Amino acid sequence: MSFLDMDEWLVELQQRADVVYGPFVDTKEYPQDVDLVLIEGAVCNSDHVELLHTLRSRTKVVVAFGDCAVTGNVPAMRNALGGAAPVLQRAYIELADTNPQIPRAEGVVPPLLERVVPVHAVIPVEHFLPGCPPDAGKIKAFLTMLLEGQPVQLSPQEIKFG
Amino acid sequence: MAAKTLTINGQLISAEEDQTVLAAARDAGIEIPTLCHLEGLPDVGACRLCLVEIVGWPRLVPACVTKVAEGMEVYTDTERLRKYRRAILELIFAERNHVCSVCVSNGNCELQNLAMKLGMDHVRFEYRHPNLDVDVSHRLFGMDHNRCILCTRCVRVCWYVECAGTKNVAGRGVNSRIITDMNQPWAEAETCTNCGKCVQGCPTGALFYKGATVAEMERDRSKLEFIVTAREKKQWLV
Repeated sequence: MSFLDMDEWLVELQQRADVVYGPFVDTKEYPQDVDLVLIEGAVCNSDHVELLHTLRSRTKVVVAFGDCAVTGNVPAMRNALGGAAPVLQRAYIELADTNPQIPRAEGVVPPLLERVVPVHAVIPVEHFLPGCPPDAGKIKAFLTMLLEGQPVQLSPQEIKFG
Repeated sequence: MAAKTLTINGQLISAEEDQTVLAAARDAGIEIPTLCHLEGLPDVGACRLCLVEIVGWPRLVPACVTKVAEGMEVYTDTERLRKYRRAILELIFAERNHVCSVCVSNGNCELQNLAMKLGMDHVRFEYRHPNLDVDVSHRLFGMDHNRCILCTRCVRVCWYVECAGTKNVAGRGVNSRIITDMNQPWAEAETCTNCGKCVQGCPTGALFYKGATVAEMERDRSKLEFIVTAREKKQWLV
């Protein structure tokens, strides 16, 4: 949503870059030879790990985008419960109003990782853009530096967590 | 009082003989980062962020508990110090659960501000994510151990300004905790005078007024300064 807050600049961006994969694109398979990827969210399940390895091997510049990707943030708060099993037990059994059961569907529901981790704990990351969310002005400034081929230098305000 | 002459980052400085390097630097307009120092409280060198290099000394020393000396050559912002400070800051973030986005002190936090200032855009260490309590038994205040960095400002303000001696540190290493009285829920700590000075002193979101939600916890340090000035200078300056 914060990305969409860049408003009319998105039109300019769209003229300089092709959006090839993401929540707004219908492609199911991550394409080859991608220049830049912005990764949102913490690494929580096996699908996330698999996608990270795929995109790392097919992308030049990987960016951890937002606090969840950079630190684990709120999704990682479940780590304090001590692993995947106690988390599922808490969410689907102890807190269930009706029909308590842990969802299982082999090949459909990806298993949770024991611990939620930030993106750079799984794959090497070139740049970090913290913020919850990083606001539109910050994203724009950051993308402009990359598009212009300038070295990425973020001000203290631009690396604020939260 | 005798004066001592020293250099900080090459700048010639005259300091009073009982001043610390931190105080002398601040008087000269040189900023040294710290999270545990608070004006009016005795310094303990808990956070290690004010480490400085002194020419001829074999190791780095915390500026807040090192007295100035004649001819001392101090450096406060070398490559080596920046490296150590960044690592210390990252270790603080990795040790407990500092989730800025849902913290009462988001936007008003000394730890968050220092991370910005020192260019910490991510933490290289593995997060520990310990399972810690939040004590909201007290009528007015809450203590969230997830956000505590063990700077001990609350302990010192409780002992040396309020003179109640309610707060203390128990345990060792990663098991260290700020406790009230004999490690009881805060509401049951009989020595607590409900003055709230600990809440005013806290650099993070560990101590807060009950009712404050995300980003709402703002502190008013002038209340502490008022008391300290009154005591030290015998002046009631508002």
